[in-house]
Amino acid sequence: MSLAMFVQHLLNGLTLGSLYALIAIGYTMVYGILRLINFAHGEIFMLGAYFVFWGVTLFRLPWFIAVIGAIVVTSFAGIIVDRVAYKPLRNAPRISALISAIGVSFFLQNFAIVVFSAIPREVQRPAWLVKVIIVGKVRILPLTLVVPALSFVLMMGLLYVVYKTKPGLGMRAISRDIETSRLMGVPVNRIIALTFGMGSALAAASGIMWALRYPQLQPVMGVIPGFKAFIAAVFGGIGSIQGAVIGGLILGLMEIMIVAFMPSLAGFRDAFAFILLIIILLIMPTGLMGEKLEDKV
Amino acid sequence: MDPKYKRNYAFNGIAVLLLVGALFWSRGNLDGYKIQIMNLIAVNIILALSLNLIYGFTGLFSLGHAGFMAIGAYTCSLLILPATYKQTMFLLQAPMWPFSVMHAPFFVAVIIAGLAAAFFGFLIGLPVLRLGGDYLGIATLGFAEIIRVLANNMPRVTNGALGLKGIPSYSNLWWNYGWCLLTLYVMVRLVRSNFGNALKAIRDDEVAARAMGINTFRYRLTSFTIGAFFAGVGGALLASLLTTIDPRMFIFTLTFNVLMIVVTGGLGSITGTILAGIVITVLLEWLRFVENPITFAGMTVPGVPGMRMVVFSLALLFIILFRHQGIMGRREFSWDWLFGLFRKRREA
Repeated sequence: MSLAMFVQHLLNGLTLGSLYALIAIGYTMVYGILRLINFAHGEIFMLGAYFVFWGVTLFRLPWFIAVIGAIVVTSFAGIIVDRVAYKPLRNAPRISALISAIGVSFFLQNFAIVVFSAIPREVQRPAWLVKVIIVGKVRILPLTLVVPALSFVLMMGLLYVVYKTKPGLGMRAISRDIETSRLMGVPVNRIIALTFGMGSALAAASGIMWALRYPQLQPVMGVIPGFKAFIAAVFGGIGSIQGAVIGGLILGLMEIMIVAFMPSLAGFRDAFAFILLIIILLIMPTGLMGEKLEDKV
Repeated sequence: MDPKYKRNYAFNGIAVLLLVGALFWSRGNLDGYKIQIMNLIAVNIILALSLNLIYGFTGLFSLGHAGFMAIGAYTCSLLILPATYKQTMFLLQAPMWPFSVMHAPFFVAVIIAGLAAAFFGFLIGLPVLRLGGDYLGIATLGFAEIIRVLANNMPRVTNGALGLKGIPSYSNLWWNYGWCLLTLYVMVRLVRSNFGNALKAIRDDEVAARAMGINTFRYRLTSFTIGAFFAGVGGALLASLLTTIDPRMFIFTLTFNVLMIVVTGGLGSITGTILAGIVITVLLEWLRFVENPITFAGMTVPGVPGMRMVVFSLALLFIILFRHQGIMGRREFSWDWLFGLFRKRREA
């Protein structure tokens, strides 16, 4: 493999990885706080993508406004999901909330089939994003530079909120101990809603960029990226934002590189992540950067 | 023998005879579509009972049912398809050796299908059952996905994405309800035995169960393997019932439907699983009408594709939010309960 090809694969892997990372952050934040696998997160990702292309094609909004609008609407969708399906189950057994999450995921998928129809839709991409630049022998799609850069900015913004602001302090407090935080005056429900909102906003951003990278919209488009991002979150150590980012990047690079170096395995691409998951859970259940959890008796 | 037991045995016998009579009647009097629904009810009950053993009675949140069903379905189909037919059907690549010639009668094929699923259940259970709670759910879900991807990419065994067609439809009311009764019998005996008590102890408090000297891992693994066996049997019967299978059939939705039956019926209630199995299978078919155009008073309302699963996912959400114990909770039907009901009424 030539160096130029390698650089191209590297950029593709980085793009895919940062898309996974953005979704994984939402999983890891919700899991850190509620110990809940938010199965509906992949569908939030799908909604984000659909909303933008609705905005652009139906309402003829300029791209910039459509993107901002879609992210805002999607983060509200995430908050509503929490309100309706998870909040009433805060004190129920954890598995109940998990089944509820699966229910929401199926509901949103089929709702999207009803509203948007199951026929895949093509995405009209802005021309400047897909005009190939040639640097030496390397052919670069501007998209593969924009996506990682934008993702990096979003992640920095998120880390700022989590580590430098008061609501972020609340989030970290709740992830330690929800009851004590409540006693200390942390507005628990508002902070949880904020967590869902932020996670959903990142998922929406990822969904939009995903649709630009792989220009097709489908109601089930969120399922596989959602599972893989969850695996990335487990890989990085669930509950840790930095871990989710690293896990996402490694998973994205791994997928692209395995297919690039061993094209005969391309058909098994969707299985890599799940095999990785099972291996991780066996040898390192807390992931790369996770805290050790122990059963409380 | 205690007269009460004698009476219960007698009533169980009568109930089975009634079922046989009902099957005879429906075979003569119902059309093919209704018979198909009755078959699906039996298969769904088998699948849901096996998931209830794993999840409802042992507390293992497993989302791998579609994987076990796929293993069972493919094993059984490859065993009952005639060898010459297999040669012509495998368009992509010729079938691999043991799969190209192996053949068995239906009953044996179903048992081998169950054993194959149980074997994979044991293999995957060995590592992943050490995980708890939702991690187990994700790992088993991953297992089911891996099986599906493998089925898609092993054209010499599974005929790849084309799937298997023309599977002999040996599966009929007698086979399905026979297997259903057998599953029911095994489940009731298991759950009522000491083994079942140990499973329930693990479900309710694993640490306490371990402190009482229960080898929790071994019990979990056994329960998981038995559940996988019956999931494989269900998959085998389903394959012969539908006569075609392909990898796309075994997506997560399949597991979701089974999970839906178990949760609706009540986790840890065999009676609930049977009731929910009947209700949900009938509803799933009946709701197809919302996806077809309806002509009403001269106006045609176009059908809405996807509406059926919208209704179902809302129903699941509703149950989990407002009645998370399901129809039956953990209660069971028993003859004693039925007669107690009459006695109370007479006294009152």
